[in-house]
Amino acid sequence: MQLDWFIIFSLVTASLWTVMTRSLLRSGIGLALTSVILAIFMFRLNSPLAAVFELSVCAGLISVLFISTISLTHPLSAQEKIQHMWVRLARFWFLPLLVIVLVVGLLLMRSRPQIHMPLAQDLKDARVVLWNFRQIDLLGQAIVLLAGVFGVVVLFKERQKK
Amino acid sequence: MFSWLILLPFLGVIILNLPFRALMRRAAFWLCVFIASVQVCAVVFPAVCLWMGKLDILGYILKINFTLDNLSRVMLLCIGMVTFTAVFVERQMRRDEDKFFNFLNLLLLLVAGLNGIVMVRDIFSLYVFLEIAAVSSFILIGSNKDFAAFEGAFKYIVLSVVATVLMLSAIALFLIVAGDTGFSSISAALKSSPDRFFVILAIGMFLCACFIKSGLMPFHGWVPDSYSSAPASVSILLAGIVTKAVGVYTLIRVVSAVFGFTPAIKSLLLAVGALSVVAGALAALGQRDFKRMLAYSSISQVGYIILGLGSGTALGVAGAVFHLFNHSVFKSLLFLNSAAVELETGTRDMESLSGLNKRMPLTGITSVLASLSCAGIPPLAGFWSKLIIIIALWMCGQYFYACLAVAASVLTLAYFLSMQRKIFFGKLGEGLENVKEAGFGLAFPAVLLALVTVGAGLFLPLIIHVFIFPQGAIVGG
Amino acid sequence: MNELAPQLFWPCTLGIAMIFVIGLYCVLFTYNLIRALIGLEILIKGVTLLIILAGYITAHEALAQSLVITLIVIEVVVITVAVGVVLGIRKHTGSLDARNIRNLKG
Repeated sequence: MQLDWFIIFSLVTASLWTVMTRSLLRSGIGLALTSVILAIFMFRLNSPLAAVFELSVCAGLISVLFISTISLTHPLSAQEKIQHMWVRLARFWFLPLLVIVLVVGLLLMRSRPQIHMPLAQDLKDARVVLWNFRQIDLLGQAIVLLAGVFGVVVLFKERQKK
Repeated sequence: MFSWLILLPFLGVIILNLPFRALMRRAAFWLCVFIASVQVCAVVFPAVCLWMGKLDILGYILKINFTLDNLSRVMLLCIGMVTFTAVFVERQMRRDEDKFFNFLNLLLLLVAGLNGIVMVRDIFSLYVFLEIAAVSSFILIGSNKDFAAFEGAFKYIVLSVVATVLMLSAIALFLIVAGDTGFSSISAALKSSPDRFFVILAIGMFLCACFIKSGLMPFHGWVPDSYSSAPASVSILLAGIVTKAVGVYTLIRVVSAVFGFTPAIKSLLLAVGALSVVAGALAALGQRDFKRMLAYSSISQVGYIILGLGSGTALGVAGAVFHLFNHSVFKSLLFLNSAAVELETGTRDMESLSGLNKRMPLTGITSVLASLSCAGIPPLAGFWSKLIIIIALWMCGQYFYACLAVAASVLTLAYFLSMQRKIFFGKLGEGLENVKEAGFGLAFPAVLLALVTVGAGLFLPLIIHVFIFPQGAIVGG
Repeated sequence: MNELAPQLFWPCTLGIAMIFVIGLYCVLFTYNLIRALIGLEILIKGVTLLIILAGYITAHEALAQSLVITLIVIEVVVITVAVGVVLGIRKHTGSLDARNIRNLKG
């Protein structure tokens, strides 16, 4: 229980750091860190298969995508950095306040959802559910991946020529 | 049974990219025309549907089961018609063979996504197909690779992902309450616990997501930019069918099949719809750019559909669906005309155009028909659908909204007449002497769409009992 | 229902709500296009956790996992396309500053 509290706390902290940090590169790394913590939490919530996906695809692939994109942009000079930092802080001062207000608000109005009780025969394996009951989603995944391939062809192709 | 509607475009893409690329490249255009025509035929002649159902191989192997009702049929018809138009327009406008080929592939994927949206009965699968349609439209908007197009695409991506997150949060909360994602089980769970905090939160988030995706007024930020900056054929697709299927259809389906017409939902729909109708029409009055004006007009017309839905009666929903159909016909036609004008004169600025009627008579006539249908002038189809919506609002006691709808109709007429006066009537502008009618690829679909909008108005008595009133049946229960 | 679920539900929803606020704030108040995409990613992280949590407390982990796997696949495609669009904008303007984009808030 204590561990879960700690994981949630570190998840929020990591995402806050991702947003607040000054350099874009650190922001990208922060996103990967958030993903990793989320994957650990998913393991603890009895969802190992989804956690593996999160770890490999989000923490791996998407971070590589972001960090390689960020490395394409040129970094700022030292003076620009300091100036930039103040501009950023001026725009983000409201964020911690908003988070605190939200926490207090939600703590004040706790209401318990009516939780659905599962039927007796419950399928415990995600692979079985995915392949037997959610075939439409699998078809959708295939189509979306194909669309992604054409997206890469259309949006990135010209760059390779130059 | 009907999975071939998704499989046909999907297999089409695979066939196009098999080793015989050089051969398939030449056939690609006709393949797309064929797929669009088959879809239109399947709806108009149900016998085709049965015949194709026998060839449903995947349906036997996998346990995919799609169902079609009247609403789905209307949407499939719109998808088929608008796709047909867009293929011809793209053929005429795009000279680069590579880009044309990529466009056709993405178009087929988009059609697969849209067909999926109108056929699934599971809220998470609905999300999956929404994303397919959204991803293909992001790419299509950006496919011209100019700055404005990327800008429009970026705005669309940001708002679309925010809408998606809202929608998924709602799905997760429904999962807690219902334990499943099927429409029927969620509907049953909502009936047994209608006003818990989490249920209201989830419904609110889902409606918000639908409003963003259909570009209604408080959330309309992405609509004018992406409509006006996209390539001509993509504007036709977006305005004609993508936002209608992704946003408006989802709203109609989910409200009628899952949430039910509670008083709170009805008043929310009426308020948002009325705001979009009036503010969209006012914003359209002040535009100089032809396509931007059409985009704001689109927001206003979607508002009418939502007003009809908000009445919550069978008649109102029937009017809303009929207006959706009409809108997708006449707005495609208007974007088609704007494409023809832009192709021939090289500008979309309404102030610098005039008197094009003399040089482009066909474009002029079809755009007058589409504008009048949109403004609700009898006997065109747009008049009847607006009339049904207004009558439905009046009958359920929403006199204020009914009057507002009538007043906004006058505004619609005003901005369309001003557009016609600037572009098509009057003296021929300087430098426009050499303008001629755009080619066959633009003229042919324009004539077809104009015939549909006139025909649906004139032959209303024939279709009203088989096509329009049955739509109201989804309200029951 | 899992035994731990009632105690875990509120802290988790609280955390998810905070992640949503952080992500939304990032999307709305940044001038950098890449950072806006990172904000969107954080929003998606929050919703992923929400679905897994929903599966955990209702003991429908298998269903929730299969939904999340689909969600992750779609997320990757969307973000790839978005990065392609951002790189396209950068090629035209030479920067990632959203202020070059006219009236981004619409």
